[in-house]
Amino acid sequence: MLRFILIRILQALPVIFVVITATFFLVRSAPGGPFDQEKVVIPEVKKALEAQYRLDLPLHEQYIAYLGDLAHGDLGPSFKYPGRSVNEILFAGLPVTAELGLYALIIALCIGVTAGVFASLRPNTAQDYVPMSLAMIGICMPSFLLGPLLVLVFGIWLDWLPITGWGDIPGDKILPAVTLGSAYAAYIARLSRAGMLEILSQDYIRTARAKGLPEWRVVIQHALRGGLTPVIAFLGPAFAGLLAGSFVVETIFQIPGLGRFYVQAAFNRDYTMILGTTVFLSSLIVFFNLVSDIIAAWLNPRLRHQFQGGRS
Amino acid sequence: MALLNVENLSVSFVTRNGTNKAVDNVSFAVEERQITAIIGESGSGKSVSCYAILGLVPTPPGRIDNGNAHFLGQDLLALSEAELRAIRGRDIAMIFQDPMTCLNPFMKIGDQLIEPLTLHEDLAKGPARERAMALLAEVGIWHPQAAMSAFPHEFSGGMRQRVMIAMALINEPKLLIADEPTTALDVTIQAQILKLIAELQTKRDIGVLFISHDLAVVSDIADKIVVMEKGKVVESGQPKSIFEHPQHPYTQKLLAAIPSGQKTADTVAPDPLIRIEHLRTWFTATAGAEPVKAVDDVSLEIHRGEVLGLVGESGSGKSTLGRSILRLVPITDGQMTFEGTALSSLKGHKLKQFRHRMQMIFQDPYASLNPRMTVYDTLAEPLLLHGMVNKAGLDQAIRELMDNVGLARAFVRKYPHEFSGGQRQRIAIGRALATRPEFIVADEPVSALDVTIQAQILGLLADLTKEYGLTMLFISHDLAVIRQIADRIAVMYRGKLVEKGSTAQVFESPRQDYTRSLLAAIPGSNPV
Amino acid sequence: MSIVAPVFENAEKGSSLWHDAWLRLRKNKLALFGGSVMLFMVSVALLTPWLAPYSYEAQNLDLGASPPSAAHWLGTDIFGRDVLTQIMYGGRISLAVGFIATAVALLIGVTWGAVAGYVGGRVDAIMMRLVDILYALPFMIFIVLLMVVFGRNILLLFLAIGAVEWLTMARIMRSQVQSLRQQEFVEAAVSVGLSPTAIIRKHVVPNALGPIIVYTTLTIPSVMLLEAFLSFLGLGIQPPATSWGLLISYGAETMEEYPWLLIFPGCALTLTLFSLNFLGDGLRDALDVRGSKD
Repeated sequence: MLRFILIRILQALPVIFVVITATFFLVRSAPGGPFDQEKVVIPEVKKALEAQYRLDLPLHEQYIAYLGDLAHGDLGPSFKYPGRSVNEILFAGLPVTAELGLYALIIALCIGVTAGVFASLRPNTAQDYVPMSLAMIGICMPSFLLGPLLVLVFGIWLDWLPITGWGDIPGDKILPAVTLGSAYAAYIARLSRAGMLEILSQDYIRTARAKGLPEWRVVIQHALRGGLTPVIAFLGPAFAGLLAGSFVVETIFQIPGLGRFYVQAAFNRDYTMILGTTVFLSSLIVFFNLVSDIIAAWLNPRLRHQFQGGRS
Repeated sequence: MALLNVENLSVSFVTRNGTNKAVDNVSFAVEERQITAIIGESGSGKSVSCYAILGLVPTPPGRIDNGNAHFLGQDLLALSEAELRAIRGRDIAMIFQDPMTCLNPFMKIGDQLIEPLTLHEDLAKGPARERAMALLAEVGIWHPQAAMSAFPHEFSGGMRQRVMIAMALINEPKLLIADEPTTALDVTIQAQILKLIAELQTKRDIGVLFISHDLAVVSDIADKIVVMEKGKVVESGQPKSIFEHPQHPYTQKLLAAIPSGQKTADTVAPDPLIRIEHLRTWFTATAGAEPVKAVDDVSLEIHRGEVLGLVGESGSGKSTLGRSILRLVPITDGQMTFEGTALSSLKGHKLKQFRHRMQMIFQDPYASLNPRMTVYDTLAEPLLLHGMVNKAGLDQAIRELMDNVGLARAFVRKYPHEFSGGQRQRIAIGRALATRPEFIVADEPVSALDVTIQAQILGLLADLTKEYGLTMLFISHDLAVIRQIADRIAVMYRGKLVEKGSTAQVFESPRQDYTRSLLAAIPGSNPV
Repeated sequence: MSIVAPVFENAEKGSSLWHDAWLRLRKNKLALFGGSVMLFMVSVALLTPWLAPYSYEAQNLDLGASPPSAAHWLGTDIFGRDVLTQIMYGGRISLAVGFIATAVALLIGVTWGAVAGYVGGRVDAIMMRLVDILYALPFMIFIVLLMVVFGRNILLLFLAIGAVEWLTMARIMRSQVQSLRQQEFVEAAVSVGLSPTAIIRKHVVPNALGPIIVYTTLTIPSVMLLEAFLSFLGLGIQPPATSWGLLISYGAETMEEYPWLLIFPGCALTLTLFSLNFLGDGLRDALDVRGSKD
């Protein structure tokens, strides 16, 4: 197993390297320098600024210097907010986004798995159709539409819940978390239904029934493990999706998280900020893909053995 | 009083294409301390009847129309689901056909084994594990302690079936239902498992209901035989009376279909058509890993006009040998000649031209035909490719092929999925014959077929071999089939050719231990 | 195929798998509904310049935002522009992005996967390793980055989205080809002496088509969603052009006062996504494609 983890980490490193390199050159190749829009910049000041941000060096030297900084965990200063480093801004936003993502993931898993398993037990009956129709709505209702609609209904018309902010007024975390989580709840419901149906048709489920096990034990002890494998494998991509979704949700609900900073940086053409955030978020995504792979492998005894150096 | 008495059982399946009566008014009984066998081909309803009495047929689509099944004074069909569960796994236990898929791959063997014990007997984990280990030892698992904490994938098929048997017997049931327990296993393993079941039955004095498609297997162990056809019981009785005085025409047909007898070898002068010298076909899964030596240093001659039977168990390399000769897999080393032409070095256009002289018939008629091509297209492809006929003569040639393999001409525009297994195999044979080959590799051509169909296809192959003057390499795991059709026999074991000789000689005086063990394992060789 | 000569005069008509699939699909009401809606949407999009009740640029600042009325069935926006017209023109772009980007993905993915699967060996290993690496890249973020750096160019949007979606297509195609290659009927075709190109054309492609059709149908909605997502953030389609995502974004800003500006474009997008997903699910069942994706 340790070997498996090591191999996966070694495979992930080049990906992160590619991300850093591609992002760096993409951002640097963007038309126009960061200070061109500034109306009056005295040439000396501009020069000093460029020196500060190392823009006076040749590109490859900039790149190497940037890699060096990264190795120390330093993402550089922000173009837009002189005096603040990208690190500071990131770490101010990270806890907020992490909390939002966590709530959304919990909502998605709880609702999704329950609905999917429930539906798989009686396929092609109302017990299947109702949750699956809801899941279809969830998939076809993107967060940027669902969010405003929820705000309109629960925030404005019914006036039950606050519509902006994060942690200011009690209950203001509900709508963002639901908005972000619902699409993933729908995906997970469909995944777990399909996975469970596949497993429930396996011969070993018949063996379990032939033993006289009650149906709930057949489902929980024998079917769930294999049936939820696709859900586990989906967690990595889901994490990436949640991060992207947080761009929208944080914008809609005006939440001071990473996603909102990223979108703002994109509009402000704050290149160091974009670069830093991209590198950071990408590494995070690669890391979570890695974790979800490892969990999936750990749950599969065949794979686990293979990498323990035992029988193959 | 019988242990289990099933009366007038009817089961149907309701699908969107209508209602299908799978079991129709079936009655049979299992006596205490006896093995009762239900025999039937696929679709005869033999398994469905047994699953139905245990409530294991999913409803819907299944539906039990009527009948009763008395077991220890209770009507199983009248019990509630909870009451039935209390009987399942405690008083009636089951083992299934495919041991590879019947154990939960995510659970340790030990945990699966003790489940019925802790469930039905309220036994604590410790004593339950003790009992499980004792039973594992009894069914012939070498290291019970280690096996308890192993996962199913660490065992071979035969070992898994032993585990399944231990799991079924752990609550000391009064009735054991075995659904084709040896069908998925190699012939020597099959013999071991059959012996084990018979021994355990005698030792524990339990009733066994043994479901099988194979009369020969059943003849070794059954006390009573029930023959089913198309959802109905057509005959039942003692094995002796069934084998010697079958009453029903279907039973007679089944008996006649058992491969028997030995081909009287045509005394052809040995004229090697194909000569194989030191052939090696190795597969390397990943770079640097030890290669799989599927065929390892095999030398063999195939004589013009003969049927050479190639016997071996799964993984022996017999299929790879056949495919190597046809150049369907890349060979690693060695020489092959076809009528003096070096086969092993043919390339490109030369190889393509040569291909029409040697063809192949595959095992699985469901996989060997392109599902999107009609019979016409399938047969036309080789005919046109090798210029056997021109466009004008095509229809006539296809008609002849269909006549020769016994397919009704009216089916010419139908697709493979509209045919039965036997008919599909006829199409595949027609395709192989289309190019008028001199040599055919038949890779288990009858193994996927029901026994009566198997007999028809074997007959067809024997006739066509004569008519077309074919030379054939007939690959099979089934010695009885080989004996019926082959002039000479070659035995493969783990990639090596261990024995070859005339059919009579191999059967009567085998030289190798492995061949002897194969022969001893032929079912039906030691009837009760 | 060719004309069946008199020797087969009583030949029964066979039922091909495609025909069977069509019969199954015809019984699936939801899929048929989805198909009809898509047919309608696509026709409307194609005929918009002739069908639209108002011209795209027409403003009526005096009118301003007005709720649905007889003159403007779906109301007007704050500039007095007809919402129905806006939705029709937006739909053209949204559908075009969906179809074109999917076509890009289809072309690259199917070719890539087919080659990797058929050639096998080291070529396959290298090609699929590349796909694996690209798969691990956080593409969503990359597309945002691309749009920021190179400006909001619709052509770039097609390419960027197509470049993400081809990966899954390549994987599906490869696994199809690989499993088909091991099928005995392909082996039979080799033993008959058919050339590799003929084998791919006659035996591999027709059998791999089912999953590809299903996945294509399911890719279109996910591409449209991606476009709408970017446009909502202001990183996708640029005014004066419009798309459903952009309309939803404008609608969300003023939903408190003019909810119809949010609801109607939202309905258009959701209905289309619904239809495509239903159609895709129906095709999956009809073509009996074993779920590779949920």
